[in-house]
Amino acid sequence: MPGFGRFLTYRVVRMLIALWSVVTVVFVVMRLSGDPVPLLLPPDAPIAEMERLRHEMGLDRPIYVQYGVFINQAVQGDFGRSIHFRTSAMTVVWERVPATLELAFASFVCAIVVAIPAGIISAVRRGSLIDDIVMGVALVGQAAPTFYIGIMLILTCSLWLGLFPTSGRGDWRNLVLPAVTLGAFAMASIARITRSAVLEILRADYIRTARAKGLPEFWTLAKHTMRNAAIPIVTIVGLQLGNLLGGAVVTETIFSWPGIGRLAIQSIYNRDYPVVQSCVFMTAAMFVVVNFLVDVAYGVLDPRIRH
Amino acid sequence: MVSSIHASGTETAAVGTRAARFRRSVPIFVWASTSFLLVVVLAAIFAPVVSPYDPIRQSLRERLKGPTWFPEEGRQRHLLGTDQLGRDILSRVIYGSRISLVVGFAAVMIGGAIGGLLGLLSGYAGGIIDEIIMFLVDGQLAFPFILLAIGIIAVLGPSFGNLIIIVGLSGWVTYARIVRAQVLTIKEREYVLAIRGLGGSTWRILARHVVPNTLAPFLVIATLELARTILLESTLSFLGLGIQPPTPSWGGMLSEGRGYLDSAWWISAFPGLVLMLTALVVSRVGDWLRDVLDPTLRGA
Repeated sequence: MPGFGRFLTYRVVRMLIALWSVVTVVFVVMRLSGDPVPLLLPPDAPIAEMERLRHEMGLDRPIYVQYGVFINQAVQGDFGRSIHFRTSAMTVVWERVPATLELAFASFVCAIVVAIPAGIISAVRRGSLIDDIVMGVALVGQAAPTFYIGIMLILTCSLWLGLFPTSGRGDWRNLVLPAVTLGAFAMASIARITRSAVLEILRADYIRTARAKGLPEFWTLAKHTMRNAAIPIVTIVGLQLGNLLGGAVVTETIFSWPGIGRLAIQSIYNRDYPVVQSCVFMTAAMFVVVNFLVDVAYGVLDPRIRH
Repeated sequence: MVSSIHASGTETAAVGTRAARFRRSVPIFVWASTSFLLVVVLAAIFAPVVSPYDPIRQSLRERLKGPTWFPEEGRQRHLLGTDQLGRDILSRVIYGSRISLVVGFAAVMIGGAIGGLLGLLSGYAGGIIDEIIMFLVDGQLAFPFILLAIGIIAVLGPSFGNLIIIVGLSGWVTYARIVRAQVLTIKEREYVLAIRGLGGSTWRILARHVVPNTLAPFLVIATLELARTILLESTLSFLGLGIQPPTPSWGGMLSEGRGYLDSAWWISAFPGLVLMLTALVVSRVGDWLRDVLDPTLRGA
């Protein structure tokens, strides 16, 4: 498939450009502050110490040299040493990656498992009470801010009903509330898009044909509808996966989940700038890779998109 | 010129019939939503008049009091209760609406101005300018904006001005794309070509024909964006990166009440509820505007 090879190359190039933009933005943001040295040292550091660090970091060199050095280090995943943890910033971030991935994956599975069947039922039983309820909940789920959902879940499910722990990472019971919180928005969006995708296809001629030739309703749905409805669903799923990574910042903060998002916020309070940078870069990199995978999945599902 | 007047005249006629249909079929939820919004806006404007208490006045005697609907003996009346410092929740929610609305509207204006201009430029000029602007668009879409916001605020420090600028910058991409797409179709219309043929200036074409035709989608996007900017502001304030205490903001109140969920759920619950309803109502109005004005924007 030469077409697919070209498509893949194009996507890889785009992914690399996106990563390069992220690194550049991190660099520009860091320079926005002017001199990062006072951020990196305790407030009472002597001038000589500041000069030494400035030289060590290469801040006395021209800006384009600094940029080159920065890119070079970023490629190696080196964003300096953490002030708070006294070790390589990237190491600190890597330690938090599994927790964030676990949470993101759980919310994602949760969202899909609930939303796709809900969307299909809604579409098939269009206009029924079930449809109204599903779409009403989805509407609220899309409008409610993540932190409000999280806090209300803690209040009702943990404090009042005592079903799940309020915070921390541990067994599956710790995972339920954060996963639902983080997945709520994705769940709502996926349910709505699934419903409209299925509705669209139920109107198509080939579905009428399938019905006319006496195919059982279940098979009509399963064989003809789902494969065609898959494309808009995969799009939204991909978009939502990215949002999950962003939303993780809030969810992890609420549930004291030891992932990258909480680390980023804590590091801002600690003024641990290298760690903030590494967190931003790491999350952005995960986001870009996920988008790449979604694009490829697209190309596989619908050959027309390759061109 | 005659042909241009004639052609754009037909478009206005089409808009006219749409406007007529518009008036006839405003659904009930739109009335309900706009009434709710009106209440929030009025509360924000007249906050000093309608607030029962000073939103930042602390009172140790009145700490963590639950909502009281009826006046009781020896107890001050707090409709939505008080927080850990004895401040009246209702008053704080009312004052908090000022922050949400001011930041929300200002951010929409910043995003709309930048996005609208760049979209216009991108669509009308084309070529290398278009390429550069679209590259920026792709760049911003390449990663979750909240991370960028966190990075920038970590460096610049949280302040009201920074918050407005950052939330404003978060949304320009949507406007730019929609306006660009709209301009691309309009600039090839016969009446625009005719004006150009008759020697009409670029400015005239832009001001008289392109801009008015992009207004409808622009309005739809701006409404939907308002819901998003309000949520983003409250999220940043919740994380401690936005409005700083003691100024009341809905996100900040939720964050403060988090430590008292066990004993005083009302500190978090009410500001969050108002925030959720506001966002819901604004986005419902936006959805409805989109369906009425420009159904092709679905999914934008």
